[in-house]
Amino acid sequence: MKILKRIFRFYYEGFKNMPRWGKQMWLIILIKGFLVFVLVKFIFFPNHLKTNFDTDEQRSEHVINELIKTAQDDTITTEH
Amino acid sequence: MTQLLLNIDPVLIDWSRAQFALTAMFHWIFVPITLGILFIIAIMETVYVKTGNPEWKRITKFWMKLFAINFAIGVATGIILEFEFGTNWSNYSWFVGDIFGAPLAIEGIMAFFMETIFIAVMFFGWNKVSKKFHLTATWLTALGANLSALWILVANAWMQYPAGMQFNPDTARNEMVDFWEVLFSPVAVNKFLHTVTSGYTLAALFVIGVSSYFLLRKRETLLAKRSIVIASVFGFISVMALIFTGHGSAVQVAEHQPMKLAAMEGLYEGGQEAELIGFAILNPNKEVDNDEKPYLFKVGFKGVLSFLIDFDTKTYVPGIADLVYGDEQNQILPTEERMRKGKIAMNALIAYKEFKEQGNEEEAKLQYDILMDNYKHFGYSYVKDPRDIVPHVPTVFYSFHIMVIFGTMFVLVFLIFAWLTITNKIENFKFAKLLYIIGLACIPMAFIASEAGWVVAEVGRQPWVVQDLMTVDAGVTNISSGAVQTTFWIFAFIFTGLLIAEVSIMLKFIKDGPAKPENEGGK
Repeated sequence: MKILKRIFRFYYEGFKNMPRWGKQMWLIILIKGFLVFVLVKFIFFPNHLKTNFDTDEQRSEHVINELIKTAQDDTITTEH
Repeated sequence: MTQLLLNIDPVLIDWSRAQFALTAMFHWIFVPITLGILFIIAIMETVYVKTGNPEWKRITKFWMKLFAINFAIGVATGIILEFEFGTNWSNYSWFVGDIFGAPLAIEGIMAFFMETIFIAVMFFGWNKVSKKFHLTATWLTALGANLSALWILVANAWMQYPAGMQFNPDTARNEMVDFWEVLFSPVAVNKFLHTVTSGYTLAALFVIGVSSYFLLRKRETLLAKRSIVIASVFGFISVMALIFTGHGSAVQVAEHQPMKLAAMEGLYEGGQEAELIGFAILNPNKEVDNDEKPYLFKVGFKGVLSFLIDFDTKTYVPGIADLVYGDEQNQILPTEERMRKGKIAMNALIAYKEFKEQGNEEEAKLQYDILMDNYKHFGYSYVKDPRDIVPHVPTVFYSFHIMVIFGTMFVLVFLIFAWLTITNKIENFKFAKLLYIIGLACIPMAFIASEAGWVVAEVGRQPWVVQDLMTVDAGVTNISSGAVQTTFWIFAFIFTGLLIAEVSIMLKFIKDGPAKPENEGGK
């Protein structure tokens, strides 16, 4: 317990006494983190296979079909 | 369930490629500084702990601040690549899933622990933990960052040289059968060492460049000279290791990706006593199937390319035409033959799937064996024309030569800076001002060389997304090219903004200089 308390105080005091430039850097990290993990990830980059298929079996089936169709001609069959 | 029949849009492939290249190149602006500057900081802090001289603490803290800015702007830019895998390259992601999954998971865990524990001690720990504990945290941060890079580079190396896996036709995935073969494949080892030493070289040039700025302005001369001593010695050792590992990489490329090597040298017709091109202007009209001369102008060294690959000037090096059309004498299969074998593998996969659905295990096993016998040609089933296996030669050729020419120049830069600062003659040097300007110019040159290296590695292996097993068009997700185009421009906008922010903040802190001796922690 004592060690956890010391670790907590270490981080707490570190953030509390952080110079202004350090706080600016954290602000940049937080804004970027929000942009990347919230906006970019969920709005622009949904995981195609996870979003469109429920099981790994369906995903495998879909990818095998894609691999075969792409090799046969320039046409892909996609099941949703 | 709706059945969609969609045509692969070549524009989609190009935009998906462009988007990934943009993100990766932007990410790579930050990574090499982080990889290298941490070791330079650790060396500086070691000197501080050994000598107890507070000036070394001040120097260490100044470079730590620049590291922090680079880290803050660069952090999480790499994660976008993983999002792109899932959205734009879903077939590829699934196909390589098992191989990529383990290294990337290890990387994520290592990066998390490194960033939350050791970096916190580096920045919050001054005067709170012992000097030796703080120094240990700095060294562990440097080692952690480099080990973190190891895993993503192992994953990349696997794409260049797939090893330690078995394709499972039931899941359409390459499954890892030997973790150590993936980790210690010669391509992975060389790629890791070559990439991290390029980061050390770049970081050393960054330190020399910023220090040159101070010397040019006649400010912080002690900090600048001491920083140059550390950076130039560290940089010289790094660039020598970079050249050595670069040679190792070229040997691996010659063995596993001969087309890339041929493109790097603009070598259309192979043979013994192959020429190493020092510099050349390529003939823009040259194609693999015409008789145009490959170079308009060249400075070449006969036999040196053969020698570098096998320590024998008589070693045969195949050219682009040999790899496309084959060379029976040197046992190089024509691409058409590999396409035929690729189609056999693909047909076996189709038949395997059908027999499995029918419950005919015996026939399925037979088809499985045919698939496995021809699996190393599997990706050739996507190749429509033998000439399609040729990457864009001018991009690969010029990128490679820019990288090599700049890298060779950096050896001299390190030597000159090391000599003049160790002997304390730099300020009285006749051409000091010119030297400082060269030092400053080396910062953008190092970035150009570093990015060029990745262009060689990635453009040079086109059209393969996994060497010989999957082409780019087979790996791409069939989504709207408009969506990819939109996100490309959004990223271009965001990345440009972040880059401007980084450069502006960095310049401001460099202009402000280090904290005054009496105010170390406050600035």
